[in-house]
Amino acid sequence: MDNLNNYLIVSAVLFSIGTIGVLTRKNAIVMFMCIELMLNAVNLTFVAFSRHLGNLDGQIFVFFIMTVAAAEAAVGLAMFIAFFNNRESIDIDDANLMKW
Amino acid sequence: MDISSVFFALVTVVAIVSALMVVTCKNPINSALSLVLTFFCLATYYAMLNAPFMAAVQIIVYAGAIMVLIVFTIMLLNIRVDANKKGSHQVALGSVMGIVTLLLTGLILTRGKVSQPVGGITSDMINKLGHTELIGKVMFTDFLLPFEVTSILLLVAIVGAVILAKRKLS
Repeated sequence: MDNLNNYLIVSAVLFSIGTIGVLTRKNAIVMFMCIELMLNAVNLTFVAFSRHLGNLDGQIFVFFIMTVAAAEAAVGLAMFIAFFNNRESIDIDDANLMKW
Repeated sequence: MDISSVFFALVTVVAIVSALMVVTCKNPINSALSLVLTFFCLATYYAMLNAPFMAAVQIIVYAGAIMVLIVFTIMLLNIRVDANKKGSHQVALGSVMGIVTLLLTGLILTRGKVSQPVGGITSDMINKLGHTELIGKVMFTDFLLPFEVTSILLLVAIVGAVILAKRKLS
């Protein structure tokens, strides 16, 4: 099915862009947004396969991924706020307490 | 070339350009707004894939809830434009890793085989019964236990966020 391949290619490109973002940016919130982008690329793969296979299980998985992303947003942003209160910065290079 | 493939190409261009802007914009607010645009493009894909409920949830949960939280945090912390990007060797290495990821997925796409449809859900069925009803039936029968476990995950997240963000009492 040609249609499925198009969606998978878009998903692969979005995932790679997200990977590049996580590895090249310093700002913790931008890295976090890039992780969301990667999760969304995976979601697109799940929905495309679910549509192709005629089975709704993939779309249920997308729900769970969205739940994990929401929980991650709540906890992660709270961590960023706590980190900012301590270091006056959101730069990940300033998170160096456990660095050797 | 029919109208749907033209539309698909258009949405793809918007999605990839806005995803690139998430990575390249210096100001985090611009990144966040580009990410919202990407989420809308993904919702369009879901609608094109005959999953209207997923499209609605994508907009409500991602573009609505999660992005509002992120934009709120960016504005609360009043983050400056980060002028100091990572060193050029880190950017180069990260880009190489990203391209390797793309090549690996491309390899899997060209070599892999996808099985023929296994389930009985057709687009006629979705149009007739409604996507929400079909999703609900699967979610509350086959996936009932994972659905309940999800509520524990959300509870843990709520408690964690409160504990992390509260002020020191002393």
